[in-house]
Amino acid sequence: MANRFRFAVIVAAALTLPAVSFAQNQPWNNPGRALNPNQQQVEAGPAPRRDLTGIWDAGGGGIGATGYPTSPLTPWGEEVSKTHKAGDGSRMVPLPEINDPLSTLGDPAGFPRLLLFELRPFQVVHTPNSVLMLYMFEKRWRVIWTDGRQLPKDPDPRWYGYSVGRWEDDTTLVVESVGMDERTWLDNSGNPHSDQMRVEERYHRVNQNTLELTVTIDDPKTYAKPWVPRNKLPLRLLPAGTDLMEMIPSASEAAAYRKAMAEPIK
Amino acid sequence: MREKVFGVLLATAAVLMMAAPLIAHHGAASFDTERELTLKGTVTEWIWANPHCFLKFDAKDDTGTVRNWVVESQNPTDMTVRGWRRTSFKVGDQVTVTLQPVKNGAPVGRIRKVVLANGETLGTTNPAPAAAPAQPAPPER
Repeated sequence: MANRFRFAVIVAAALTLPAVSFAQNQPWNNPGRALNPNQQQVEAGPAPRRDLTGIWDAGGGGIGATGYPTSPLTPWGEEVSKTHKAGDGSRMVPLPEINDPLSTLGDPAGFPRLLLFELRPFQVVHTPNSVLMLYMFEKRWRVIWTDGRQLPKDPDPRWYGYSVGRWEDDTTLVVESVGMDERTWLDNSGNPHSDQMRVEERYHRVNQNTLELTVTIDDPKTYAKPWVPRNKLPLRLLPAGTDLMEMIPSASEAAAYRKAMAEPIK
Repeated sequence: MREKVFGVLLATAAVLMMAAPLIAHHGAASFDTERELTLKGTVTEWIWANPHCFLKFDAKDDTGTVRNWVVESQNPTDMTVRGWRRTSFKVGDQVTVTLQPVKNGAPVGRIRKVVLANGETLGTTNPAPAAAPAQPAPPER
């Protein structure tokens, strides 16, 4: 009975899809996006103990083109947000007016925008004293220290902050980050943040093939209370041999794009 | 039973994720979303780059004047999924481009589809679900 119900849900959902993408599992230059409903039906083995090794893909759910609803902005947050002219979402403006530092200048996306916009496939690597996260988008990496060190008390700002991680249980890694540079936006709708922001990531490995990501923003200078832009976002394990494409928003390509597309419509 | 219920939820979540918007970087603020034009022209440049690939082509307007159009697609990663390639066009190719123009009348827009001289169509939506492997396929050798 349960199997029939599961089958019906999958078929019904598939029929409502406007479009679906599948990776070609090419040996080189794979675009990722390997999710498909048939793969999700495969019975997955149990989650290994304290191990996130692998290449993880959120599919279309990782893109976050229009940004996120936040908790109410503080007066300071409101002032900053008025200066952000976004390409999409609640602050969307025409192409020539966009001032997104990522898409117009080639600045780093920064953290946690890396998780909230264009979260393309990323690889997790464990070392004896850290967890490394290697991202397809921007071809960036982060170091999450798991050696018991404390976060810095008065950190110099960094595009990608300072991160420490601990295992809450055998399948849940909790990462805390501070020290993020205020110049970065939180998402593609230009939500702002301050240098007082703390970010929590929770990576819960549900089984062998599935990871869930929850992100919580706590920035009392900018927002009235903490809010959760990513709530149990499912990530699918890609085949271990997947060689991902480069997806780098370079400054020169951004300039060429604006010259071709934005300047003629000013 | 609990595992099966979870399986249903997981499968549904996966499908919903795939249905999520595939646009990125910017929305439709500059474009006339009520209009579509289909123009025959000659490729002058094909830029395979982030944040958007764009195609330049010469086409005659209603008065016979040749204008050089610039029309964007999505980024190389998403266009690869849809069958587009860095080598999809070369200078001089004859193309028929269906596009959504910008609002101010400039020869700028975003691509809906391109029909090549050989009749092949390059579209901007993802391929429909096909027979998928029962489990993740190993990399080809």
